[in-house]
Amino acid sequence: MEPSLIVEGLKAGYKLQTIGSSEEVGVYVDAVSGVSFTLYRNEVFGIAGESGCGKSTLIKAVYGYYEPSLVLRGGSARIYGAKGEEFDTTRMDRGLLEKRVWWKHMSYIPQSSMNVLNPTMRIRDHFAEILRIHVGMKKGEAYQEARKYLEEVGLPVDALSAFPHQLSGGMRQRVVIALAILLEPSLILADEPSSALDVINQKVALTLLREKQEALKNTLVIVSHDMGVHGVLTHRMAIMYAGKIVEIGRTADIFWKPLHPYTKALIESLPRLGDKSKRVGLSGSPPDLKKPPDGCRFHPRCPYAMLICSRAEPSLREIKEGHYTACWLYSEAVGEPR
Amino acid sequence: MSEQYMLRVVKLSRFFGYGFLGRVKFPAVDNVSFDMEYKPKIFTIAGESGCGKSTLARMILGILEPSEGAVIYKGKNIYALKSKERRWFYREVQAIFQDPYDTFNPLKKVDRYLYETARNLLDLKDAGKTQDIVDACLKRVGLSFDEIKGKYPSEFSGGQLQRISIARALIPEPKLIVADEPVSMIDASMRMNILNMFKEFKEAEEISFIYITHDLATAYYISDEIAIMYRGVIVEMGPADEVLIKCHHPYTKALIEALPEPSRRDDWLTRKVKPPGMEVKEFIMPGCKYADICPYREDICEEKKPPMFDVGNVKTACWLYK
Repeated sequence: MEPSLIVEGLKAGYKLQTIGSSEEVGVYVDAVSGVSFTLYRNEVFGIAGESGCGKSTLIKAVYGYYEPSLVLRGGSARIYGAKGEEFDTTRMDRGLLEKRVWWKHMSYIPQSSMNVLNPTMRIRDHFAEILRIHVGMKKGEAYQEARKYLEEVGLPVDALSAFPHQLSGGMRQRVVIALAILLEPSLILADEPSSALDVINQKVALTLLREKQEALKNTLVIVSHDMGVHGVLTHRMAIMYAGKIVEIGRTADIFWKPLHPYTKALIESLPRLGDKSKRVGLSGSPPDLKKPPDGCRFHPRCPYAMLICSRAEPSLREIKEGHYTACWLYSEAVGEPR
Repeated sequence: MSEQYMLRVVKLSRFFGYGFLGRVKFPAVDNVSFDMEYKPKIFTIAGESGCGKSTLARMILGILEPSEGAVIYKGKNIYALKSKERRWFYREVQAIFQDPYDTFNPLKKVDRYLYETARNLLDLKDAGKTQDIVDACLKRVGLSFDEIKGKYPSEFSGGQLQRISIARALIPEPKLIVADEPVSMIDASMRMNILNMFKEFKEAEEISFIYITHDLATAYYISDEIAIMYRGVIVEMGPADEVLIKCHHPYTKALIEALPEPSRRDDWLTRKVKPPGMEVKEFIMPGCKYADICPYREDICEEKKPPMFDVGNVKTACWLYK
């Protein structure tokens, strides 16, 4: 299997610079704390976790989208283009990324489509701009290309001459998806692509993404807090908790044979149609990432916490084939702090 | 009380204007009727964004005057209450909203807010007694007064703050709580704790709930009865099991099929759905508002509004069941 993305020991977080409250200045929020994983061609990979677990930060760090206060602390994220070109996004500045990597080899779909679309530009000019910068296409030609392309993804051609605000939320998100796939990148990062949409629009948007991924045989990363979305769409997935990946495996294994106590609790708390048996949630709340707990970050809420859990951090180990978890319960080396 | 129903919503409509000077009127809620008995239950109003469920909730809460129709609570029209009766109504019927950070004033300490609610709604003068009541309500949601004392809303997590807003709603000993998307901003692992609380309050303390949501899985989990709304109209209503499992109205079917359910993975990936059309156009359609998208459409659907037909215990507004 050919890799399309190799992330190694990635560390990123937020350096708070609040004016006024002096104690907050210089405080670091440890949002992505040493994350490693490898993605392959022709797979749909999911990243799940609750709000504040660092899943969006992880995606931004991989994409190289560092807005003020988000800082890189170490590690690497290497992406591989269709012809095997290698780019380490953590070692490139924004200008270089825009010119050589974004849209062409890797694209990003944020939760709110309005973050990508320029409200003063017609939809067709969004397409034309990308085609002009990356392919060198002229305006007239680009408009025709956009029209052809929009028909292909099943969007009404009228949308081309509309401004973003004139389209419904569902339609706008499909336009953003169409833009992200336009140059057939080898990696598509979708951050909560359907969370702002209703179920029916959500299904339309997700099936479009999935169909395009099948046709292009590239890698699609879906970040979502909604376990249902992962359950129907992804092949493999990672569960994040408080800035760490606690479990990675095939989606079916995560759902039906979860290993980590956090994953178990997450799966058990999902309500299902046709099943009224009592669901119990977790007690407590996720830790404050300004001062994360020692050892395993889940230990204060974990029903199985042992002495070692508060002292040493478990590493991500392969327990069954292709199924990894970071939990002392599965370690033979309990009692032997690293 | 001789009235059979605790709450009656009678032919309720609310029009909003759009276009130049709001001259084009469209109904956000269109001729909606339902009843709730005194027996405590959880009644869910479910639908997608823009279906009118929040507008309906605000009219039931007495904070948005309907254009047509009436809301009758314990035999009294809530938009024709005298000032004393209005205070009684605000004690009996309480609200919980989606975003707990919006519920609380960010510059006011949470405990002060709870105190004021107790003093205003219960006419309490005695500080000690006020604290007892606030403390008791916090205990019912699994918190204690010491945990919240002197803190601002920003110092709590969303889940904690939503529990505090539930405690606030419990202060006047309400009989009915209208909860508008109370868990949609809460993380999955804590969502069920809050919903379980509603179930418990219903069973142990006989509080009825109107649960407004877009999430059919949680709706199935907690509700006794459910109404599905589309473009301002209730399209199907009845016991939650029958509505959500048997799905009579084509729209209910489409909703259930679009729900990402891991155990139906293959089915979900292969089955296509048609995206909804222009909202405003559908709101003002003369016949069934789902006719444009419906796979079973006939001529009558576009011409005439379907009334509610009885199908067993379920009522559905669809010409298929005439």
